Amino acid sequence: MYNRHSLDDTIAALSTAPGQAAIAVLRVSGAEAIPIVNEGFKGKNLEKTESHTAHLGFLMDAEGGVIDQVVVTLFRGPHSYTGEDTVEISCHGSTWIQQAILNRLIQLGARAAGPGEFTFRAFIHGRMDISQAEGVADLIAAESSAEARLALSHLRGGISKEIAGLRSRLIEFASLLELELDFAEEQVEFANRSQLKTLLEEAILKVQGLVDSFRLGNAIKQGINTVIAGRPNAGKSTLLNALLQEERAIVSDIPGTTRDTIEEVLHIEGIPFRLIDTAGIREAQDQIEAIGVQRTHDKIRQSSILLYVFDVTGLKPAEVQSDIAVLKHPDLEIILIPNKMDLNPYAHPEDFVMEGITPSDIIPTSARNNMNIPYLKERLLQSVTGNHDLLSQNILSNSRHLDCLQRVKEHLRRALEQLNSGGGHELIAMDIRQALHYLGEITGEVTTEDLLESIFTRFCIGK
Amino acid sequence: MFPPYDVIVVGAGHAGCEAAVAAANMGSRVLLLTMNMQTIAQMSCNPAMGGVAKGQIVREIDALGGYSGIVTDHTMVQFRMLNRSKGPAMWSPRAQSDRNLFARKWRTLLEAHPNIDFWQDMGSGILVKEGRVTGVRTAMGLEIESKAVVLTNGTFLNGIIHIGEKQYGGGRAGEKAAQGITEQLVSLGFESGRMKTGTPPRIDGRSLHYERMELQAGDEPAGKFSFTDTPRLEKQLPCHITYTNGEVHEILKTGFDKSPMFAGRIQGLGPRYCPSIEDKINRFADKERHQLFVEPEGWDTCEVYINGFSSSLPEDIQYKALKKIEGFEEVKMFRPGYAIEYDYFPPTQLSTSLETHLIKNLFFAGQINGTTGYEEAACQGLMAGINAHLAIHEEEPFVLRRSEAYIGVLVDDLVNKGTNEPYRMFTSRAEYRMLLRQDNADLRLTPLAFKLGVGGLEARMDAVKTKQGGAAQIEAFVKSASVSPDQMNGYLESIGSATLSQKVKLLTILLRPEISLPALGEKIPVIGDFLSAFPEDSVELAEIDIKYEGYLQRERDLVDKMNRLEEMKLLDNFNYKAITSLSAEAREKLSRHKPRTIGQASRISGITPSDISILLVHCGR
Repeated sequence: MYNRHSLDDTIAALSTAPGQAAIAVLRVSGAEAIPIVNEGFKGKNLEKTESHTAHLGFLMDAEGGVIDQVVVTLFRGPHSYTGEDTVEISCHGSTWIQQAILNRLIQLGARAAGPGEFTFRAFIHGRMDISQAEGVADLIAAESSAEARLALSHLRGGISKEIAGLRSRLIEFASLLELELDFAEEQVEFANRSQLKTLLEEAILKVQGLVDSFRLGNAIKQGINTVIAGRPNAGKSTLLNALLQEERAIVSDIPGTTRDTIEEVLHIEGIPFRLIDTAGIREAQDQIEAIGVQRTHDKIRQSSILLYVFDVTGLKPAEVQSDIAVLKHPDLEIILIPNKMDLNPYAHPEDFVMEGITPSDIIPTSARNNMNIPYLKERLLQSVTGNHDLLSQNILSNSRHLDCLQRVKEHLRRALEQLNSGGGHELIAMDIRQALHYLGEITGEVTTEDLLESIFTRFCIGK
Repeated sequence: MFPPYDVIVVGAGHAGCEAAVAAANMGSRVLLLTMNMQTIAQMSCNPAMGGVAKGQIVREIDALGGYSGIVTDHTMVQFRMLNRSKGPAMWSPRAQSDRNLFARKWRTLLEAHPNIDFWQDMGSGILVKEGRVTGVRTAMGLEIESKAVVLTNGTFLNGIIHIGEKQYGGGRAGEKAAQGITEQLVSLGFESGRMKTGTPPRIDGRSLHYERMELQAGDEPAGKFSFTDTPRLEKQLPCHITYTNGEVHEILKTGFDKSPMFAGRIQGLGPRYCPSIEDKINRFADKERHQLFVEPEGWDTCEVYINGFSSSLPEDIQYKALKKIEGFEEVKMFRPGYAIEYDYFPPTQLSTSLETHLIKNLFFAGQINGTTGYEEAACQGLMAGINAHLAIHEEEPFVLRRSEAYIGVLVDDLVNKGTNEPYRMFTSRAEYRMLLRQDNADLRLTPLAFKLGVGGLEARMDAVKTKQGGAAQIEAFVKSASVSPDQMNGYLESIGSATLSQKVKLLTILLRPEISLPALGEKIPVIGDFLSAFPEDSVELAEIDIKYEGYLQRERDLVDKMNRLEEMKLLDNFNYKAITSLSAEAREKLSRHKPRTIGQASRISGITPSDISILLVHCGR
């Protein structure tokens, strides 16, 4: 609770609509807004610049790498939308960039804003009259019901289970602490330090796993490595071009580190696919080509999707199968592309159904004629989203969850330190309570009733 | 026949007695109405005060001018500070009292108060005029007028006692139940419910073989509850510990078919943390034995209380089972344990002053609010008594925050969350456990009560100033003084702590976990000389402040954040129904609970953070 309506921290959020766009604006508001942005900004010293000025520069990540070239606009309070010091960051509109900047701001000390929180602050600071504010109240209600809907449903199946698992683990841990504090006189067996330590370490691992899985989610935004491979002349480059055609405008060339693979980014409904065109696979004729083939294999190992392209007029199912057997790895989703269908309209793509390849994994195309290219895109998108409606995923709520989980982790770490250094249970419990509080922002509040319930169901309490 | 009273307190248990004293200490003329003058301040269950979290409450009651701590100090037969091995936030005083002395001492103190009158009669209803209480109606047919009424009916409202298949009306063993009040309150629009609690058999101590049990002695020297100069216990009585066993369990099981609990004759919900012995055996079937505490009832009685053996099984089953307990082979029973069901009123019908929403100047305290425990009851009585006086004078109610007292946590939980089972305090219910310690209850609360005008606090106020001033000087000394290897190394070596190679600040030594300030005072002359000018409690306070500074500061920071919401007031007549952006549940609950502050609203179950944002917007903050 206290986190939610606190006015003394600095909040950040994307202010433009989430998703792919030409540009995006992130807003940071609060007492520390200017120092926080300044810390990550390479350009003018923002702390020394006037209100209502705009500055071109770069937003840097923690390692000193450039995230994006941006324009920051300064509004010193009270002359800002919220009445507080505010910085607006205009960046390029890629979702990856938006997310990276937001994550960086959180890393620098901002908190991901809750729904309607900027407007709420504007109201608190008298920047808005009551009739406007009533509109805001409705907005908050609308946004938060949407948020509530999003919150868990958008965590993909496995993740929401993980969070539930973490919640019950922490409740178990907290109840073991409280058991000894409140029921020291009872004849029950209290957890020993090493038992508590194991529980806590497991919980930390779980949080770490969740944080990582959110990162994985963000990797979706950074781009899904998609390798196009096949024998020479299968039509790989034609397919690449066909896929990129409509997207040219927002495609950026990423300089390849190798001479022989070309990477392009394709956005399908806002989700970037990093398409990697590779050298043809065949028995190496010379050493240079051998290196190229080796790189193809390396790229495939780093990828999650393989588009295996072949000339439908040339290759037999057995040959395809033997190629795939060499290329596949457990995390790789393989889509078969029988290409050049225009040259052999009587080919039967279903002939290529084989072990690990179902009919839905086969998309016959004629890359030259754009045949089935939209269908292939749909298939690519589906391989990422599964049956979930990822497209309406709220970027902000994701960051908020990550933010919460990182705080959970921080408090668990402190609790572990205390546990290791022999601190009292009541001191460890302070951090566990904070951790539960932040977890509660995702899962719903964890009350002392939950803890007591956990104690009473497992231990025979009561003189 | 009666002078005009300010406050009538109905019931003279722990809640009623404290309520009467509190209102009287504020200056109100009080009538204490009880069914039986001989059972004032009865300990109906075990003869003990305090315990984990409860001991903190008794200290708070004392700091606010209540008598529970004083009475306990005068009547205890044993004292123990529980959780001594843990940090100071967990230390919890607990005392066994002489049951008869306890009640007698209370009566003596009440009789000594010029503002308190007594009347023996049963309250059968309240008088109400235009939504305001105007007095009490009694079973004798009298109408006694007052400006405020505090109901502390305990387990008496339509009480039914169960022993096996027998059941009869009663408020306590050998005492009749109170009828009429529930029915009247329900007709006035109150919602009522049923709760259940139980008590173990009482035993003839002469029939026990104590030598076959474990001895549990009190602390030496004994501590005490009151911040006033009550006497310190010199000689103590021991308690004993024994255990049930498989044979005992088997015998108890033969009575399960006659158990009023298992047969469903009892509908009220009992406390999970105070289960009957049959409940323990039933729910934790794989547990081979359960601990029992054999507690003396007083100095000059052989009556013994079997803590942990609460039961409502038939008396012959209880008796047969007891006989199989180690040391109980020849046991004689004075009376069997029983379960009691009684009416309560869900406390969400109260405001934080414990005044009912429905009827002005009508207050509820104790088990009528669904709580259990003497300490929980007593502190509600105290708060209701103070607030009854304030209400009469149209003054702002006296409400303690969750960050100020366990009492604040208790009242806030009750009125905002309500309770389904008898509510007992646990330290885990408090967010700010480090701040709400038993040792600083006086610093936290006495100045508040003194400022409010609670009488009889002068001595306590002086003690607070001395303690606080002393602690401040000691802290300054510890932070500024340096100690040399010559002064320290001998002692440090003797306790296996790292020795010094040069002069260091005393503070750095004290921060070592193995070092304590009183011990330094004893062993190091220069420190001892300095500390000797201060009372013990100043030394203790200074040490806690120094050793736990970081944690205390973290909690204070949390309190500051939280207080923002606590300071945002909501109006009683706020029309929540008109705010369509609130969820339907929020509109309904806020209208019913009538929270006084945004903070309070945020703790009502079912109120979401977004509801709070919307409220904040609407109340123009």
